[in-house]
Amino acid sequence: MKRLLTLILLLLPFSLLHAQGLDIGLVSGNEGSLPIVVVPMPYQGTAAAPDTDVAEVIRNDLNRSGQFRSLAIASVVEKPTRGSEIQFPTWRLLKQDFVVVGRLLDAADGGFRVEYELYDVAKQERLLGLAVGGRAKGMRDAAHQIADQIYEKILGVRGAFWTRVAYVTASGLGQGTQYALMVADSDGFNPQTVVRSREPLLSPAWSPDGKKLAYVSFERGNSTIYMQEITTGAREVLASFKGINGAPAFSPDGRRMAMTLSKSGSPEIYVMDLGSKVLTQVTRHYGIDTEAVWMPDGNSLLFTSDRAGKPQVYSIPASGGEPTRISFQGESNARATVSFDGKKIGMAQGAGNIYRIAVLDRSFGGSGRWQTLSPGNLDESPSFAPNGSMLLYATKEGRRGVLYAVSADGRVRLRLVTADSDVREPAWSPFRQR
Amino acid sequence: MNTTTRLLIAASICVALAACTKKVKEVPPSDTGPDTSGTTTGAIPDGTGRYTPADLDTDSCLRQRVIYFDFDQDTLRPEFQAPVACHAKYLRDRPEARMTLEGNADERGTREYNLGLGERRGNAVSAAIQGNGGSAGQMSVVSYGEERPTCADSTEDCWSRNRRVEIVYTTK
Repeated sequence: MKRLLTLILLLLPFSLLHAQGLDIGLVSGNEGSLPIVVVPMPYQGTAAAPDTDVAEVIRNDLNRSGQFRSLAIASVVEKPTRGSEIQFPTWRLLKQDFVVVGRLLDAADGGFRVEYELYDVAKQERLLGLAVGGRAKGMRDAAHQIADQIYEKILGVRGAFWTRVAYVTASGLGQGTQYALMVADSDGFNPQTVVRSREPLLSPAWSPDGKKLAYVSFERGNSTIYMQEITTGAREVLASFKGINGAPAFSPDGRRMAMTLSKSGSPEIYVMDLGSKVLTQVTRHYGIDTEAVWMPDGNSLLFTSDRAGKPQVYSIPASGGEPTRISFQGESNARATVSFDGKKIGMAQGAGNIYRIAVLDRSFGGSGRWQTLSPGNLDESPSFAPNGSMLLYATKEGRRGVLYAVSADGRVRLRLVTADSDVREPAWSPFRQR
Repeated sequence: MNTTTRLLIAASICVALAACTKKVKEVPPSDTGPDTSGTTTGAIPDGTGRYTPADLDTDSCLRQRVIYFDFDQDTLRPEFQAPVACHAKYLRDRPEARMTLEGNADERGTREYNLGLGERRGNAVSAAIQGNGGSAGQMSVVSYGEERPTCADSTEDCWSRNRRVEIVYTTK
């Protein structure tokens, strides 16, 4: 896939939510979101201007979160570049709560520096005044970092715009299918190929430091778990036993890998110590046990099992023990994803031929509260952003797989489109390290 | 289930199957699936009565190398007892032959779960072939889950074609 992913912002149709029987009072489109104006940030240096429109990247990031709605560029009637130039009455009239101004300057190292300021319009008070540097091709990264800082300053939650997503593409059907494991920025730009294969690839999983991916490849003729460094491409085989080698998941400390192996005859969850490669068997049941994910404390796992008939999500100590079922709504539930605080658990929930992304919120104790976040028919593979604000998931449109991002409250949904291939298996990266 | 019952079941299935032309043969019980207790011998070729590699291309029973399944099921449907039986006979006739049973699932359900489901289907066919006298050592099971579809439409027709085990001879 050589083309950029493009983003299309879609507001979640109310009618679909209504049909699902959700509490429509909770859904407010983007009305509850905060109005913010991000004024264009011109290049004021002496060299060639970088071709990234930094303000536009920030604007799109903030819109995508569902928490903000940025003023459309056509309505940005004044173009201040520093705080002293801001006419607050103008933005008050346009009902903006926040205004961001900035400019690009030359940096001493030959790169660029984005200086920006965030103001509270009502209080006419400066909330942030910072500079972020980078090379010309790093200006999107700089913009994502600024969006993260704005998001955190206003909402008190770390932003997750400067993160990446891994996903699998497939082009063709049957013998000639080409598969690729890709990594791109969280907005779909800068896609890079991690590995290409003529055999299926699936289940990418990030290491907690964001430097490695584990994944399943069939290039040896059977499913095999690989672990690969993203920048160097260096990789090693972690599991290539008889039967299934699938569903890798790094532990939060990065020292262990949960995985599914069927070498004993049926798929079971194991934990591998990545230093010694010693395996500990976690589950023991003739049913299908798979798709292990770690709870943030690293002490327990969630996994999918059909031991009660249909697939459901269970919790089990990472050292083994008695599993406890946690999903009690929906005919089936599978492929759990856990928010950073362990309070929200996303999963693919099935009823008949309809599969949708549902989140079980256990913030308030008890057996938790459910919310359906997606309106599709074959929605799967949910993956939380590292700050829990959004989820990525895969669905199908016609014969093609596509990816969507949805805000964790379900209010804003957007589609990540590729030009020419089938896309699936999204995995949101951890926070990047500056 | 006692021997008499088993023979009765085998006989009744034999009557139902056009491919079943020889006498009912006692089959060893299988402990791996509920569906292998009443199987029959398949079509027997002329001449020596032993299959040869050429029969893989010409014998109508041996040419059936795809076994289809119901949604989320790994139970062998009755119409596939005949191909299972003739492939089992092929393995018995040719101890050097090796086959891979490639298990597949439709797109519904998650990908890793479907790897498990594909393997179950492969194991079910393996067990059925063993129930007909094929040797476990001649077969290996690989599950592709939903990763190798033959069609990409989200329709029951397409799904039913993807829920399958493909019998692939690696050594004829």
